[in-house]
Parts: sequence; C-alpha cells; structure tokens
Amino acid sequence: MQIQSLTFSSILFLIGLTGIYLNRKSVILLLMSIELLLLAVNLNFLMFSATSEDIVGEVFALFVLTVAAAEAAIGLALLVIYYRVRGSISIEFVSLLKS
Amino acid sequence: MYLCLVFLPLMGSLLTLTFGRFLGFRGAALLTTSCTFTAFVLSCVAFYEVALCASPCYIKLAPWFETELFDASWGFMFDTLTVVMLIVVTSVSTLVHLYSISYMAGDPHIPRFMSYLSVFTFFMLMLVTADNFVQLFFGWEGVGLASYLLINFWFTRLQANKAAIKAMMVNRVGDVGLALGIFGIFYFYKTTDYLTVFASTPTLMEASRPTMILLNMEVDALDAICILLFIGAVGKSAQLGLHTWLPDAMEGPTPVSALIHAATMVTAGVFLISRCSPVFEYAPTALVVVTFGGAMTCFFAATTGVVQNDLKRVIAYSTCSQLGYMIFACGLSNYSVGVFHLMNHAFFKALLFLGAGSVIHALADEQNMLKMGGVAKAIPFTYSMMFIGSLSLAGIPFLTGFYSKDVILEVAYAKYTIAGNFAYLLGSLCVAFTSYYSFRLLILTFLTPTQAHKSAIKVVEEASLLMSIPLVILAFGSIFVGYTFKDAFIGLGTNFWNNALFTLPQNTNLLESEYIPQASKMLPLVSIFLGAILALIINYTSPGISNILKTSTNGRLLYIFLNKRWLVDKVYNDVIGYPALKLGYHTTFKAIDKGILELIGPLGISKTVATLIVKLSRIQSGFVYHYAVIMLGGIVLLVAFSQIGVNFDLRLALIWLCAMWVF
Repeated sequence: MQIQSLTFSSILFLIGLTGIYLNRKSVILLLMSIELLLLAVNLNFLMFSATSEDIVGEVFALFVLTVAAAEAAIGLALLVIYYRVRGSISIEFVSLLKS
Repeated sequence: MYLCLVFLPLMGSLLTLTFGRFLGFRGAALLTTSCTFTAFVLSCVAFYEVALCASPCYIKLAPWFETELFDASWGFMFDTLTVVMLIVVTSVSTLVHLYSISYMAGDPHIPRFMSYLSVFTFFMLMLVTADNFVQLFFGWEGVGLASYLLINFWFTRLQANKAAIKAMMVNRVGDVGLALGIFGIFYFYKTTDYLTVFASTPTLMEASRPTMILLNMEVDALDAICILLFIGAVGKSAQLGLHTWLPDAMEGPTPVSALIHAATMVTAGVFLISRCSPVFEYAPTALVVVTFGGAMTCFFAATTGVVQNDLKRVIAYSTCSQLGYMIFACGLSNYSVGVFHLMNHAFFKALLFLGAGSVIHALADEQNMLKMGGVAKAIPFTYSMMFIGSLSLAGIPFLTGFYSKDVILEVAYAKYTIAGNFAYLLGSLCVAFTSYYSFRLLILTFLTPTQAHKSAIKVVEEASLLMSIPLVILAFGSIFVGYTFKDAFIGLGTNFWNNALFTLPQNTNLLESEYIPQASKMLPLVSIFLGAILALIINYTSPGISNILKTSTNGRLLYIFLNKRWLVDKVYNDVIGYPALKLGYHTTFKAIDKGILELIGPLGISKTVATLIVKLSRIQSGFVYHYAVIMLGGIVLLVAFSQIGVNFDLRLALIWLCAMWVF
C-alpha cells in the first residue's frame, strides 16, 4: 500500500516535471504542471504522515495547500498582466532575458 | 713596487677616462704614457730582481672569495715567466702609447683611446701576474673586453662594430673552454691556486689518474682539463678553429693591432700553456692535441697570408702563423722555446705593425697593397724599419726571429714522434711561406712601380718623430733581442727559469736537437731564401708569372681558396652562424617562446577562458523551460554527488538514469 502510493506520487511528480520541460505552448500549462508537482508532494506528505503516525506531515500538507493556492493566485495574476502586455501566453517567445 | 707596476696603468686609465675632458689631448697622452713607461721601468727592475737575481716574489693582496672549501685571493706571483711577459707587455705597450700620440693626432677621442690602451695593459698585467686561475680568468676576460672596446674604437663604422662583436664572441667560445678547465681543476684539486695545483699534480693526479665524465664519455681527467685549457688558448691565441676573429680585428686603429697582435692578447694563450706546464707535462694526449693544433694553424695561416692583399691582414695572418709555432713548441714540451719565440715575436711584430701604420699614414689611409708601391725612396726610414722587421720575421740568420724559430723546428725534428715530425714538416714548409709573404709585402709596398694616386704620392711624408722613436727602439729589439737572450732563455742547462717552466726529464730534448742531421738543420734556412727568391721573381722581376698563375683554371681556384682564407668563414657562416640564427628565430623564438609556451601560457589560457565564457553564457537562452532543465539537472547532480560520497547503490543509479532520461 505504502510503496504503491509512493510510486504513484513519484510518477505524478515526474509527470509534472515532464509537463514543465516539454511544454512549449502556454504558461497556463506550466502553472498546472507546477500545481501537479505540489499535489504529488502533498500526497507524499500525507502518505508519510499516515504511515509514520505523525501529525506534522498533515500540518505541513495544509500549509502547502495554502501556499499552492496563493502561488496559483499570484501566478494567474502575473499571467493576466502578461497577456495584457503581450497579447499571447505562449512561452515560446519569452526570451527577453538572454545572456 | 710590484703592485705599482700592475696598478699604474689602471690608474692612468681611470684618471684619463674620468678627467680626460680636463686633461686634454696632450695631458691624456702624457699621463697614460708616463704611467705605462713607469710600469715598464719597474718591470725592468722586477726582471733584474726576479729573473737575474733569482728571487721570485709572491704577494697576497686581499681575499676575494672565502667560502668553506673555495678560496681565491687577489694575489700576485712574480716568477721568471711572469717578468718576461711583463717586459714584453709593458715595453710594447709603452711604445704603442708613444706611437699613438702622433698616429692618432687629430682624432677627437684621444683621451678615450689612451684610456682603453692603458686598461688593456692593466688587464694583461693582471693576467700574467695572477697567482691563481680565477684571477687569471679575470685578466683573460678583461683583455677580451678591452679588445672589444679598442677594435670598436671608431664605433660609427659598421665594419668595426661587426669585427669587435666577432672578436668578443669568438673569444667567448674559447673562454667557455677555459672556464670549464678551471672548474675541472677546482673539482679535482679543490683549489685554484697555481702553486698548490702544480705541486700536487704528480702525486695527486699522476699517481691515481682519475677520470671524469665529459660528454657522456669517461676520459682521463688530466688530459681533459688540459685540452679544455687549450681550447681557451685556441680562442685567445687565434688557433685553427677559432682564428676567424683575428684578421677581422684589423678594423681597429693600427696601434691597437700592434698591441693586440704583437705583445698582449694573442700571447695569452701561449702564456697559459707555459704557465700550466707542470700540468700539461702529465697529460701526453693533450700535448699531442696542442702540437697538432699549433702546427695546423701555422700552416693554414701561412698559406692564407701568401695571397692576402691587405697590408694589415698579411701581418695578421703572419701573427696567426707565428702563434702556431709557439703553440706547437709548447706542445712538444719546449715551453722555454715557445716563450722565447713569444718575446722575439712581440718585438718584430710590433715593429711590423707600427711600420705598416706608418705606411698607411703616409699613403692617406690606403691599406690595399695593390694600390701602393714605389714609396721606398719617399719614406726610406719606414722602409728600412719594415725591412728589418720582415727579415726578422722571415728568420734571416742572426736576427731575432732566427734564434727562436730555428730552435722550434729543431726540437720538433728531434722529438721523433708522429706529432713532432708533423710539426717539423709543416713548420719547415711555413718558413718558405713566411719568407715569401714577408718579401711580397716589402716588394708590393715599397719597390714595385707605384699604383697609388698622384694626390697621395705627392704628399707622402716620413713618419713624425714620435712615431719614429718607437720604430727605432723596436728595430733594435728585432735585431738584438734574440741574440742577447738566447743563452738565458734556451741555453743548455740554463737556470734562468727557476722552475717557472717545468719539463719532464723524458720530454726534454733541447740537447738532442743540437745533434740532428745537418740537412734538417739547413732545410729552414734554404726555405727562407727559396721563399725570398720566389717572391722577388713573381712580384718584382716578372709579375707576368703571377698573373698567369692567378688566371689559369686550377691556379684561380687555389688563389680564391687561399685568398678567401680556406673558406672557413664561409663555412662557419653557412654551417654554424646562419643555422644557429635560424634555429634561434624560427624554433626557439617563434615555435617555443612565442608558440608552445604562449599557447599553454597567458595567451592560450585567456583565449580558452574567453571562448568558454561565451559558450557558458549561451546556456542562458532566456527560455523558461531551458532554465528548468538546467535546474533539474543541477539537482540531480547534487543528489548524485552527495550520494556517491555516502553510499553508492545500484538502485539509485537506476533512478538517476530515469531522471537523466527525463532530462
């Protein structure tokens, strides 16, 4: 049970990472992938909290939830502003900070 | 008195160099000449005390180096060999000083010239009076330096610069040999002091015959040391191999040539071998090398001198040839004969050079003999002086040159070894050549119909009084010195040398040389007259013969070969000089210094860093997903490295591989 759920969260995490790296199109997908990462991490926290019978993991998961919500809010706000300026949310052309 | 003798010329030189501007032409000349003359007078006293009264004088002046094992002091040793050299050096130097006053009149740099002459004399005196090898080396390098300054006296002339640099460089080659020899002496004897070295040679070196590793070969130490010392002598005495600097040194003023070629610099090599005679005696191989070197030099220079057309160059080659005689006399263990010839040669060669200077002066600085001729009536005094000098050089009986040169050939014959016979043969041949070029010089300069410009002939005038006095004195020396000192120097059983020179009993052959066949004794004498008559026929009575000889196919080849000094300079330039410069520029400088070392050094590193930085900064493409990849890769690497340190697990490697695949 434990191993399976750990595997599941790891795969979830990897899928999130793959989403970040392979994504060329939109910033929204990027944000969603990050949400997926945080979700995988949260799942991991909860799993460990349950198996080690310790409440700190769950407390931490709660904190992560709030942080993820705040982060999503700020990220979406940035996205909206960005869209207002550029008229597109494609990250293929976000390369103003070249070396 | 003994110290005054050495340091007076230095004082004169330094004073003239410092205050020459205030002393003026006359003052500078007077100061230096009187200093040198005083040194000469003191040398005469020293000669009387040391040589005639047989009381050598040793002075330790001051310590120079004093370390654990090595000590060299400023010390002076006056034995018979030294005082003989002193007489030669100071007398010729005084006369050259005197001569230069008039010869160089009108030159704007007389104080400098006089100062150089004096400093040359000083270094020569240091060389001959030293009591250890280190001080000898000081004098040795000093005369090299002074010769550079003197040859380069007219420093605005390109040829003079080149000749001076050549003299300096070629001498350095020999000096390296001398320095190595001194190192060898210190290594085996643990001292550089003459007396210790000479005293310990039979017991220390001869008994055990130590060997040393030289050029990866095991050689006999004594032979090696002596040959290295001989290499030093080769450079300084212009023996075959390193002789090329001497004829070029004619670029200096004529009194300089007289000083360098007659009395001082070139005699240093002969002096070194004579001084080290107690060491050379125990090195038979080295003696053979010395004999062959001297004999070949003698032959080479004599043949070359035969066809030279420059008045001074003829005399320079005759110097080279006579030095060959002295060297092989030393190589045959007859050091006293060599030194005797050295002294005699100093007188007549100085006379010849100063006489040549007088001729050149009279003929508006013309040095080419083919553009002279017919001035015997115009300058009879100079002619007679040159005549005496040439006869003495050729070895006409009862003149100075005869007494030493004939003895040299006789001892060579009486040696009955291969080296001795070789030297006798070449030496006898050279007598004919010597006589030929001496008379050719006289005839072309003074007797043939004149080839000079009318303007030059019109103003020909005899040498001034100041130039004449040295000539007269030297002429007297050229006539009488040989006869006067014969018995003292090389008389049978003479005790004149007082152990200053050493010959092993089995190497002594002065007595045998008295009993060689009559024909062998007469051969040199016949050669002299043969050469003289040939010179007269070819150059005077029927000059057509020389023309035919020169223009025939083989004759022309031979003439060019000899006139171009056996093409030695050409070979040196093409085989050594130019390849060395090319190697230095293309390989050492461009390929290594500016190539490899620059590449792995400053230039290479800076270029690599610059390109690397450009490449590194190109990673920052500005794309978010690139940054993300690099972040992930960095984390993976960090984890990987932290895990490798702790414990390496194959399962972890699997995870990394997965991560890398995602990457």
